[in-house]
Amino acid sequence: MLDRVVVVGAGVVGLSIARVLSALEGLEVVVVEKEADVGWGASKANTGIIHSGYDDDPVKYPNRARLAVKGNRLWTTWAEQLSIPVDWCGSLVLARSSEDRRVLRELLARGIRNGVPALRILDGEEVRALEPMVSEDVVEALWSPTAGVLSPYEATVALAENCVENGVKILTETLVKGVRVKDGSVEGVETSRGFIGARWVVNAAGLYADEIARMAGVSDYTITPRRGEYLVFDKDAGPKPSRILFPTPTPVSKGVVVETTVAGNLMIGPNAVDLPRDAKEETYTTKEGLAYVWREASKLVKKLPGKREVIRVFSGLRPQPSGGDFIVRVLEEPEGFVEAAGMRSPGLAAAPAVALEILRLMRLNGLDHGFKKRWKAERRAGLRIMGLGWDMLEKTVSRNPSYGRVVCWCEGVTEGEVVDAIRRGAKTIDGVKFRTRAGMGRCQGAFCRLRIAAILARELGKPIWSITVKGTGSELGVGDVKSLLEGEDVAD
Amino acid sequence: MPTRRVDLLVVGGGPAGLAAAARASELGVRRVVLVDERRWLGGILPQCIHPGFGLHRYGRDMTGCELAEKLIDRVSSLDVDVYTEAHTVRMGYESYLSKTAEVLTPRGAFRFRAKTVVYAAGARERTCFEAGIVGSRPAGVYTAGEVQEMMDVWGILPGREAVVAGSGDVGLIVARRLTLEGVKVKAVVELMPYPGGLLRNVVQCLEDYQIPLLLSHVVLAVEGSKRVESVLVAEVDENLRAREETVKRIPCDLLVIAVGLIPRVELLAGAGAMIDPKTGGPVVNEFLETSLPGVFAAGNALVINDLVEHAMEQGELAAESAYRFIEDGGFRSASWKRVRVGDGLRFVVPQLLAGFRDVKLYLRASSPSENARLLIPELGKSVRLRSVRPAEMITLTLKAEDVLKAERLTVKLV
Amino acid sequence: MRRIEVTCILCPVGCRLTVTEEDGEWKVEGYGCRRGLAYGLEEAQNPSRVLITVIPVDDGELPVVPVKTSKPIPKNLLLKASKALAGLRVKAPVRLGQVIARNLLDLDVNIVATRSIKARRDRVEADGQK
Repeated sequence: MLDRVVVVGAGVVGLSIARVLSALEGLEVVVVEKEADVGWGASKANTGIIHSGYDDDPVKYPNRARLAVKGNRLWTTWAEQLSIPVDWCGSLVLARSSEDRRVLRELLARGIRNGVPALRILDGEEVRALEPMVSEDVVEALWSPTAGVLSPYEATVALAENCVENGVKILTETLVKGVRVKDGSVEGVETSRGFIGARWVVNAAGLYADEIARMAGVSDYTITPRRGEYLVFDKDAGPKPSRILFPTPTPVSKGVVVETTVAGNLMIGPNAVDLPRDAKEETYTTKEGLAYVWREASKLVKKLPGKREVIRVFSGLRPQPSGGDFIVRVLEEPEGFVEAAGMRSPGLAAAPAVALEILRLMRLNGLDHGFKKRWKAERRAGLRIMGLGWDMLEKTVSRNPSYGRVVCWCEGVTEGEVVDAIRRGAKTIDGVKFRTRAGMGRCQGAFCRLRIAAILARELGKPIWSITVKGTGSELGVGDVKSLLEGEDVAD
Repeated sequence: MPTRRVDLLVVGGGPAGLAAAARASELGVRRVVLVDERRWLGGILPQCIHPGFGLHRYGRDMTGCELAEKLIDRVSSLDVDVYTEAHTVRMGYESYLSKTAEVLTPRGAFRFRAKTVVYAAGARERTCFEAGIVGSRPAGVYTAGEVQEMMDVWGILPGREAVVAGSGDVGLIVARRLTLEGVKVKAVVELMPYPGGLLRNVVQCLEDYQIPLLLSHVVLAVEGSKRVESVLVAEVDENLRAREETVKRIPCDLLVIAVGLIPRVELLAGAGAMIDPKTGGPVVNEFLETSLPGVFAAGNALVINDLVEHAMEQGELAAESAYRFIEDGGFRSASWKRVRVGDGLRFVVPQLLAGFRDVKLYLRASSPSENARLLIPELGKSVRLRSVRPAEMITLTLKAEDVLKAERLTVKLV
Repeated sequence: MRRIEVTCILCPVGCRLTVTEEDGEWKVEGYGCRRGLAYGLEEAQNPSRVLITVIPVDDGELPVVPVKTSKPIPKNLLLKASKALAGLRVKAPVRLGQVIARNLLDLDVNIVATRSIKARRDRVEADGQK
């Protein structure tokens, strides 16, 4: 039997698992991903919040409660090892009524049970002293210093790079079509690129986890997409909170958040709209959804910036498991089938803890590899020109002039950074965007998309029109400028 | 790090910046530096391959590319130090006679200390998000300027079947351009009950090719996951709200966003300049001086122009003002009058007048009308305008002595 | 009788002109000034436009060069002319004003470059890479 594990899904959960497994001696780790890049499912479109872990009821949702708290702590190490920019800014759950205040006390009690440190209830005056922009009708807040914010797509890219350095193979644009099971054990996965044999198959397929499970004959849960819409403001627009601002949660959702992203943009969202089970690609934004987000966010703060300051809206789908709790398990039937599914919120926070839990469970079920002697915990981030002091910047440019050629004017991203991103694995315009922020500013890529496409075309040796935004089918153009005329008869 | 002391720093090498640099140099300003982000000078002119440029100024009709080369040749023949691919990271106001700019180029990182600055960084296009278009975010949604650059600089055909959102001049010109390369333009969709662009473009870009212009319509949403598959379009009521019962789906693989331009003022605002919410550009006085003394603005960074000649003359005035600032050590204090924007107008530029010089006002009407009158009641001035269109900038020259004697100034259109 | 609708573009008013022709006799209605009358006749009898397009460039620092017709061509031939140019290529360098093709569709009109495009070598040096 092949000593190989196939992880299905290159999101933050799948890659966290791959990272942990890559530390084992003699185990080949292959990650398969249907999209053209890592982290393009639920991982890329969310709040980026590393929750501290007071939200979840430890009786109803034991995995969520336990793994969020543990994952939060692990991220402090992981983010440092992987050079993921993270802001441990803490969070405030804002209470605006006596009912809200009652809920805050429940959250505090739950947080204590879950082992969340440093929680405290602040009165309205204290809250406004910390965050002067908070609405006047806020009477209390639950202050949780251990919450943080990171860029979820940078996190997945960092994980992927670290995985690759430790020998993991990541196959993008590879769709899993079947899980081969023989005599009650998994043998591998059938993919759009052929069969990959494996002793273990780890299902970290996000929204599609239920479908992968069915391919292995497991059908005790379903995943439904829960859509969340967001608005991002210009980085010059404010005021911006220093901490994450939550409303008092409802049983359905943690509510619309007001936060400052690690890149420094004010962001509000998400709403929570349950979609049909098969609507797993419907990352649409809607007028109603965005209006709802705006209304809800407006309740938390004195004033939002003008609507004209919104530079982008987007939506993401959270994988909502039918049972409510994360599914983290190694199955007996079929043997070798492992699941990390239903990773709704606080999935991002929990991911490192989920990965360690999966390792523990696999060990209990016969995985007996020891740890590698040489395993690289660290990953070096790409150079960020705008983050350098002027002297370092001068030195860098004199060594490599392409670091002085700014291609994205809004975010100040240079050709050197784009080329570096391509060498690290970006093959698409979005791939470059998520690695460098080129195109994430106020012009949303109108100024830089073509220059980036030209660099991609040069580095990948492809015609510029065929460069894709996000993988096959999303080519920038349909051909050379004359392609429609050349094919036609010359007629009047 | 090298700090370069200059008399005039021109930020932006489009028509306004080129005109400013050339004029300043011709006036005898000694150390003139022009920085521009692109690889080639001319701003957006090189991507404007259509004619219609320079008719008013040069008496002959040129394409944007041709005019660009003419302007570049003029600057090249003068003593102007040009930095291309030069990105201004930040600007600062150090003192009355010193403004700083940090500029990053492949040839090095430079800090400039300039007595005067002409800021002519142009505009950016409003995006589909700013136009309130919802739905998915696939390939095939591009701004009109980006489509021009795609086709006419990089040789890319952006789609087979297109819908254009917005009927401003760029949108109309792109509709024609697409048609001539065999693309089917299914509709140009305009929110207002009148076209956003110049009449000659409506006729020569749409009517010539029987491209439907849907007035009082709006693009609501984009559909398609990897590439645009269709857009949803609806009629709007008199409050510009979509009428749900009129929503229709237009299949297409390209959505062109042509919903207007916004002055790029981030660097100016970062240095502390006051911004006029009506224009989106800086507040300027009759010297085109911003609220930062010795920093002047011109072109689309000042106000969105529809004629390149206006951008160029603003550049030249800014250069003349910079020259005067350098020679005289700035301008005398005066009782500046803030021009009040009355009924019927969206904005008036310059915003501040004192009567040092005759001044040309640039104004834009709020809505189209026939047989209108432009009034400045305080001066007893009344100008008849046979036809007024928001697409066409109105200009009006005021005599210095009139401005000087007025207590207040209000401009309105009735 | 022939009847042609023309929108006058000489000023922002945009008069809607109706031009009719009967037995060689032309009549314009709806014009607001003398210039409009002349424009209406010209547009009805001999409408013509300058064609603008791009031509692919081999070995250039950019892949296409913008071009125009040396003078206006009949309006109804614009699309045909654009198609006729589709197979054409030109080798860099190209100078502004350079004639790329002569006597398009036997109309006694040339195709003229409206931008200078340098040869590719210049570009590689400018980029400082590869």
